[in-house]
Amino acid sequence: MKPAPFAYQKARTLKEAVALLAKHKDDARLLAGGQSLIATLNMRLSAPDLLIDINGIKGLDGIARKGKFVEIGALARHAQVEHSDIVAKHAPLIARAMPHIGHPAIRNRGTFGGSVAFADPAAELPACVLALGGEIAIAGPRGTRTVKADAFFKGLFETALRPQEMVTAVRVPAADRNTRTGFAELARRHGDYAIVGLAATARAAGKGLADVRLAYFGVGDTPVRAKKSEAMLAKGDIDGAVATLDLDPNDDVQATAAVKKHLAGVLLRRVAAQLMEAA
Amino acid sequence: MDTAMDIKLTVNGEPVAEHVDARTTLVDFLREGLGLTGSHVGCEHGVCGACTVRVDGEIVRGCLMLAVQCDGATVETIEGLSDSGEVADLQAAFEQRNALQCGYCTPGMIAAAQDLLVQAKKNKTVPTRDAIREHLSGNYCRCTGYHAIVDAVEAVAQARAGGK
Repeated sequence: MKPAPFAYQKARTLKEAVALLAKHKDDARLLAGGQSLIATLNMRLSAPDLLIDINGIKGLDGIARKGKFVEIGALARHAQVEHSDIVAKHAPLIARAMPHIGHPAIRNRGTFGGSVAFADPAAELPACVLALGGEIAIAGPRGTRTVKADAFFKGLFETALRPQEMVTAVRVPAADRNTRTGFAELARRHGDYAIVGLAATARAAGKGLADVRLAYFGVGDTPVRAKKSEAMLAKGDIDGAVATLDLDPNDDVQATAAVKKHLAGVLLRRVAAQLMEAA
Repeated sequence: MDTAMDIKLTVNGEPVAEHVDARTTLVDFLREGLGLTGSHVGCEHGVCGACTVRVDGEIVRGCLMLAVQCDGATVETIEGLSDSGEVADLQAAFEQRNALQCGYCTPGMIAAAQDLLVQAKKNKTVPTRDAIREHLSGNYCRCTGYHAIVDAVEAVAQARAGGK
């Protein structure tokens, strides 16, 4: 199918983009990488009056270590993040997840901020940012604010973003030598949206783990923490962690809820092994 | 607000200036506006890879980019890659190994394979079969079962590495 007609405007600055959003509110959509947006336009699942192209805004695509954080600009392309030495060194969970996101041609266009703002419940990056306990930097007509990942993902494709706001960057805590990460997903084809996926972080503590954070994707309306299993894993009890997985997925086109729950346990064992490597 | 605008870009080395609807995707613009029908339209939502083209040196989904976004860009389609001879060895290998039957996916397949081989040359590596499969994972072929495609790309990868 073809998109319904819309107007197109290039924003040259953040201020201009926010002003356009404030003016047109829900009738406008921001165009970043477009790898989800244009698909939904093509299928007429979405028919905005105006696309505000933010690709020309300078300074939103940086990747940098800033104090205790790694900051990834909203317009950083997936391919750029995938090949970033800073990400590989200081945000290894994101580096692990990157090759699973779409395909090379999609990673050349898709953006980090776009993926987080779109908040597809089966997408990798929202779950990674949640597992890392990251934060989302937001700009709006009244200035800037920051929202923790735990409070950002509110519902199906729903975030803490207000209609006049946009994501400008995502910050995640930089890894140190005690940081452990794990990532696994099951998809019908490499690069497709996961049937179930799991992003995890922990701190090595003695021979065990502490501060375990398990963020599942593809099992609910948002990325979901499995808090009971986190506590079990911190005790070193993998069987217990699998047994207490309190996920409540729905059937979808890819798998039934029962299959998803089973696969979530399979992934937990794989990811637990990754977390415990060299722990 | 304008729902159409003027764009200027370079397509296969030639300057193009057109007036296009904002809603026209790049691949529809190439096919219907410029008559370059080598790029194919399959799924129109980024899954099949039949519309793969190169924009400013990087492969993209022609169905997930708008023509208006390509104002000022350099676009290369299978016609350009073919006419310049850049992918002649890939085309010959595909033919020789029956790596196509209906041919619908082939332009996208060749563009994606060439992208891998260009990167491999830059990194001075020869891609493994696994790396070839992974790089082509975003391109559907419904005829061949992929084996012959991987064979063809692998043969060219090795020939190019050996020949240098």
